[in-house]
Amino acid sequence: MQDQPLHEPQFALHVEDLTVTYGAQPALWDIDLDIPPGVMAAVVGPNGSGKSTLLKSVLGLVRPVAGHVRIFGRPIGEIRGRVGYVPQRSAVDWDFPTSVLDVVMMGLYGRVGWLRRPGRAHRERAMAALAELGMQDYAGRQISQLSGGQQQRVFIARALVQEAELYLLDEPLAAVDATTERVIMDLLRRLRDQGRTIVVVHHDLTTVQRYFDWMVMLNVRIIGQGPVAEVFTAGNLRAAYGGQLALIEGGAVSPAATEAGPPA
Amino acid sequence: MSALGLLFQPGIVQTVVLGAVLLGALAGALGAFAVLRQQSLLGDALSHATLPGVCLGFLIAGTRDLGAILAGAFVAGALAALSVMLITRATRLKTDAALGIVLSVFFAVGVVLLTVVQGRPGAAQAGLSTFLFGQAAAILRSDLWIMGGVAALAAGTLAALWKEVKLVTFDPDYARALGLPVLAIEATVTLLIALAIVVGLQLAGVILMVALLIAPAAAARQWVRSLGAMVWLSAAFGAAAGVTGALISASARGLATGPVVVLVASGLVLVSMLLAPERGLLWRWLRGARARRAIAGRRVLAAFHGLAEAHGDRAYPTEEGMLETLVGRPAPGVIDRLERDGLIRRVDHPPETTRHWELTEKGHARAERDRGDRP
Repeated sequence: MQDQPLHEPQFALHVEDLTVTYGAQPALWDIDLDIPPGVMAAVVGPNGSGKSTLLKSVLGLVRPVAGHVRIFGRPIGEIRGRVGYVPQRSAVDWDFPTSVLDVVMMGLYGRVGWLRRPGRAHRERAMAALAELGMQDYAGRQISQLSGGQQQRVFIARALVQEAELYLLDEPLAAVDATTERVIMDLLRRLRDQGRTIVVVHHDLTTVQRYFDWMVMLNVRIIGQGPVAEVFTAGNLRAAYGGQLALIEGGAVSPAATEAGPPA
Repeated sequence: MSALGLLFQPGIVQTVVLGAVLLGALAGALGAFAVLRQQSLLGDALSHATLPGVCLGFLIAGTRDLGAILAGAFVAGALAALSVMLITRATRLKTDAALGIVLSVFFAVGVVLLTVVQGRPGAAQAGLSTFLFGQAAAILRSDLWIMGGVAALAAGTLAALWKEVKLVTFDPDYARALGLPVLAIEATVTLLIALAIVVGLQLAGVILMVALLIAPAAAARQWVRSLGAMVWLSAAFGAAAGVTGALISASARGLATGPVVVLVASGLVLVSMLLAPERGLLWRWLRGARARRAIAGRRVLAAFHGLAEAHGDRAYPTEEGMLETLVGRPAPGVIDRLERDGLIRRVDHPPETTRHWELTEKGHARAERDRGDRP
């Protein structure tokens, strides 16, 4: 499996010429993207701009029409153990009969191996991950009894036990309360400070500058990528969101008008 | 030989009971996954779609050879599952529409074939029409080996792939991101469901087989807190419904098993929906009533307390009419409950003849504690 030479190994994530279509409509068009290791990157763009599709194609969950993806120089199939994924909360049925601890341990299933059951070491690892998110008291709780913010923390704990080097998170801050948002961002910062690479699909333009040091602005095509200070400009925002954004002082932006606008 | 006479031989009854237990448990256990994957209707489409296979199996074998019939049923079921997948991928139709189309087309072909078969010699003895609604008494001892084999295969597969099947059922995208072969695992589970349907046809029939798959799982979901418990309980419910239905139908001549099994299984679902702790309707109704009573009690206490404070008299006697003006007429039992808990006490306030109450010390303390914290 390892005979292929490394391709662009200096990047945590390297995407080249990537095009994905759903039917005739392109969801992503000719994406070239490089994210260096050790950054906290936001993927920002309007609804339908292909943010989730980008994460899914990086993970190999959707098949691209063209292009390739490399993670630390390797194709995803060779490096899954080093990539952690937090899907959107709405992706699963939260009425599934299982406990919080059980869901977190699912993050270890790849490592436990076929025909084996997770053991005590795995359980302790999962408990530690729950504790990092302030959820240790909920380990035995049914997942159907969790609030939205708690569900999100459980999903992040599940990715955390993977001990990955690249984390891909799909809207982890969507509709969570302020406490959960702080807990999640503190954790992501700690991971970044340990040298891991964090890529977050993010919808709240008002917090981009505060939370992230790298950003990718997307609207089917790449509008801009690089350090937040260079990419978070009025021109890029207009290019990504159209004329629907109200620009406030100093580049801070209110996305209010985008929700009401016609679908792109 | 009358069927009735055969039934009273212990051998036949034993066969029927054993078969019903095996099939009920098998379908119940696998049904848990169908329900949790929200694929209940796939089971219905698959079971209806097996009918043309049943007829073709008979036509090819020339006799009522269970092996040939089940093989035909399985092939038809697999073709149906494949058709559903192709229709949803290739067209803009949603899964429910695809299921509806496949179910009705396959079933129609099956009914046409059935009429063809019944015109042929030997068809009456074959009793193919028992496959429509099921006939427990038609199960032979040799059939038990096939059922047992499928049950063992399902149990072995689930035990070996337990955590993978659980993850794929709960969150297939995440499973794929971890590198699990999700398509293969999903196909394996669907295959097992199709096998369970096929061997269950004799008991429950193509039309109502889905009840053995879905009803036990739906009932079990109400009682459990883990997937393992759900699969076991669902298997137990399925076995219970299968045995009860089989025995009732076997004890009355010509009574088709499928409808009886459905009625028993539906009874289990009804009882579970009503009575299960936490999720049951009765439980939720009781909890709601308790909460409403507690809130009403707090409002009455707060009113008494406020009046006592306003009058600077901790023993201020509040009149019934005053209370009703302030918080409305309390629901029956609210006042009695407060009195019984020692929070208020009835007092006379002559010359008025209406009812008056004052707060006890305990009542004052409770009202002060309640003030400010959440209900």
